[in-house]
Amino acid sequence: MLPSHVKSLRDRLAGASNCQERYLYGAALSVRLADVQAGTSASSWLSSLSGRSVLIAIRDQVAAALALIELDGVARRIILCPADLPYEHFPSVIASAEVDAIVSDNDDLKRRGIGAELHVSPTCVPAQHLSSENQATEWVILTSGTTGTPKLLIHSLSGLTAAIKVEANSASDARVVWGTFYDIRRYGGLQIFLRAILGTGSLVLSSADEPLADFLVRLGTHGVTHLSGTPSHWRRALMSPLAHEIKPRYVRLSGEIADQGILDSLRSFYPQAQIGHAYASTEAGVAFEVADGLEGFPANILSTGGRVELKVEDGSLRIRSAGIAVGYLNGETSSIADTEGFVDTGDIVQLRDARYYFLGRKSGVINVGGLKVHPEEVEAAINRHPKVRASLVRARKSPITGSIVVADVLLKDGTDQDTALRQEIVQFCQERLARHKVPTAIQFVPNLNVSATGKLTRHNA
Amino acid sequence: MSVRSTIISQIQEVAKEQNNKLAALTDDTPLLESGLDSLAIAILVARLEEALGFDPFTLSDDIYYPVTLGDFIRFYEDVAKSRKVAS
Repeated sequence: MLPSHVKSLRDRLAGASNCQERYLYGAALSVRLADVQAGTSASSWLSSLSGRSVLIAIRDQVAAALALIELDGVARRIILCPADLPYEHFPSVIASAEVDAIVSDNDDLKRRGIGAELHVSPTCVPAQHLSSENQATEWVILTSGTTGTPKLLIHSLSGLTAAIKVEANSASDARVVWGTFYDIRRYGGLQIFLRAILGTGSLVLSSADEPLADFLVRLGTHGVTHLSGTPSHWRRALMSPLAHEIKPRYVRLSGEIADQGILDSLRSFYPQAQIGHAYASTEAGVAFEVADGLEGFPANILSTGGRVELKVEDGSLRIRSAGIAVGYLNGETSSIADTEGFVDTGDIVQLRDARYYFLGRKSGVINVGGLKVHPEEVEAAINRHPKVRASLVRARKSPITGSIVVADVLLKDGTDQDTALRQEIVQFCQERLARHKVPTAIQFVPNLNVSATGKLTRHNA
Repeated sequence: MSVRSTIISQIQEVAKEQNNKLAALTDDTPLLESGLDSLAIAILVARLEEALGFDPFTLSDDIYYPVTLGDFIRFYEDVAKSRKVAS
């Protein structure tokens, strides 16, 4: 079933060089890649997970990274749960992905009755070699959906690694230490994990509850050379007194629009670093990287050809490449790509002087520090308030998180517009929505624009 | 109300709304250790724009990220002063 040229992650790691000096560094636990190469850490449970659909719900990032290495090629499907996935979403994820095994270090899951046929704890002590028949494992990545329930996107390892150039034998290269502010269970972080594993470097991972200051010190201690995060991650890092602890050679931004402000700040703060912003999405994969230090991207990227094809149609950027997701697992009847294989990213771009600039999202999706917010979900929550007739949720620009969420609210006739009601609606939302989705300001309006098709008129931020 | 006292009272209000526990605040407190997280700081900057009528992050030509609370307050005070001179 597995095409002969597709190797599992473990097989690809087996041929990697310099593993004696390469590590996965975590806050609590660090592992040398040579030890991972030498044998499995999961001999007690790995064979029982063969062919299963396995939910990886591990809080420790290094342990999660090891589970990915162990299970690719062994499990039929692996579902990557970020550390902050709310418990209420587990049942639907488990049902949609037909999960029949869970690897988790989180005892709360069992306590809350979240389970599967098989439940194992991750192990991190390398043991004997275990031969197994490789199969093409589906990698399932969670992304936010309009209703609040995560969408499950299926990727293949070859698609996920399509954008990664593996340097052949780079003994001459300077030492590479990757780091990322992302969770590796999210697309942006997973790319960095795979780059580090398949490349020649080590990787420093954060821990869910680790203060930024502590992470920066660890990144500095391990001599991070390549560091990735969203523009909001970077703005936060620059506000830390410990931002000088690191001296990266390469600074990478992705997951949000990188504006000129953050690019300039990083260039002046880390003058020794090459600064690049990558364009990628969980659906469409990694499309391109811009290295000229300017926001937007040069128009000639569209015509350079190569691995990824790009075009702009109806104002939005479309991508065709080997990196796009294979399909959805749940709830989504629409296909990811059109009949020609192009994915509409939904990102509106505008051409000015041979350069494209990002204007916002076609669907009105708001990006709060790298976390997507669907206005419809927030509006639905506000509209449940007994005194609200309708609402329109939109983005307000923020120099800290890129955007924040604000709402225009139309009250039912005869309702007094007072500050107490404003606070009451915010609190109502706080009880129903994740923090970054709660409107930060509410404005009462006399009416809301409705288009000819009966939909609220949205304006792109 | 002075720029400083406006900032301090907005910090307390945002922290309360966001259930962020504030540290003891002095001018030397790093902003990220004040108890406010990124989202709370983003909300604070938006509220201060309404209260003071400007956002120094978008106004200033030099891109600058204040590190301590004192830096943050001075950032606002400097813009407030230059606006007074200009008007």
